[in-house]
Amino acid sequence: MNIPHKSVPIADLHREPLRQLLTALADDHLILGHRHSEWTGLGPILEEDIAFSSIAQDQMGHALGFYTLLHEHLGAPDPDIHAFTRQEAEFSCCQLVEWPIGDYDFSLTRHLFFDLAAGLRMETLSLSSFTPLAQLATKIRGEVKYHMFHAKTMVGQLGNSSDETAKARMQTAINRQFGLALGMFEPRLGEQILDDAHIAPIESKWRERWLEALNAVLDGTGLQIPDPDRIEPVFGGRNGYHTEYLQPLLHEMTEVFRLDPQAEW
Amino acid sequence: MSVEIQSLDPRINRLGLHTHEPGSPDQKKRGDRHTAVGIVHAPGAELAMAYAKEQFGRRGETANLWVVDTRHVMALDYADQDMFATTPEKTYRDPGGYKVNDKIDAYREKMSHEHTP
Repeated sequence: MNIPHKSVPIADLHREPLRQLLTALADDHLILGHRHSEWTGLGPILEEDIAFSSIAQDQMGHALGFYTLLHEHLGAPDPDIHAFTRQEAEFSCCQLVEWPIGDYDFSLTRHLFFDLAAGLRMETLSLSSFTPLAQLATKIRGEVKYHMFHAKTMVGQLGNSSDETAKARMQTAINRQFGLALGMFEPRLGEQILDDAHIAPIESKWRERWLEALNAVLDGTGLQIPDPDRIEPVFGGRNGYHTEYLQPLLHEMTEVFRLDPQAEW
Repeated sequence: MSVEIQSLDPRINRLGLHTHEPGSPDQKKRGDRHTAVGIVHAPGAELAMAYAKEQFGRRGETANLWVVDTRHVMALDYADQDMFATTPEKTYRDPGGYKVNDKIDAYREKMSHEHTP
């Protein structure tokens, strides 16, 4: 990226927590974008295939945005190098996004859980006192709005289905990954410092809003979430502890890049 | 007759999905009239809209979209095209069929004289 940019001064105190936040966001979007793209060509019908593939592309775009902020303001390498050359333990994505796509009910539910959180995050971050992040979040917000429209409609369709099997499969998908979904809100190192500086809220605030919004989405669909206080959140991803599924994904994702890391695309 | 489009994809028929016709503004601006841009298959208007956005709004600029359930669209049969067979002959209905410019010029001429002091 040779685009000249103005680096915004960041207080030393905020640098590491901000790096943690942006890396978590970037890695989440990158890995889920890759997972979603695995449905390309396999979607249930052509229209859904195209819509879901577009959502996957959007996620990649969001990841690029966050990697670019890291590169321009926090001294991280060029986005491609950063995304494609790190070791598994250096990734800070949550474990939810690493899981294989499974059946469509699993992927669709994950899409709902993730984009609902992403929408709330972008809404708050669009008011961040770190202006470059506020600008990026504002840009991403419109795309995530569509993702939520798609997710809500699909999940509502299946949740209200007169086909009991479809409904039961959706409920099972929700129950199965709920702990993983709560893992999206694993506390970040130094998150209170960013909250105090109005750069980004602590994760537990986002978690509360997410639970509220999720109940509102599922209201009237015949689907429900388990009691969040009785489900153990799956943490570890933010600190580099991942499932057995991440390494094979990274291997496949970086296959072409590794052929010639200097290639111009 | 209403428009029922049979899909060649057996999954579409098995799922009981029906067609919706999305429309988008001509000039990509607010207030422009919508014209039909294609067809999507969906069980209802909402999902049809979700699909239409990516089928027909994925490139360039889009100001707005609407979708219409094609079962609610009444269309003529192509066999009834003969109803329009003689229309091209009725040139007196074309705006070009009138020679009004002479009249307009005469009127302007007259008005300009009347208002001259």
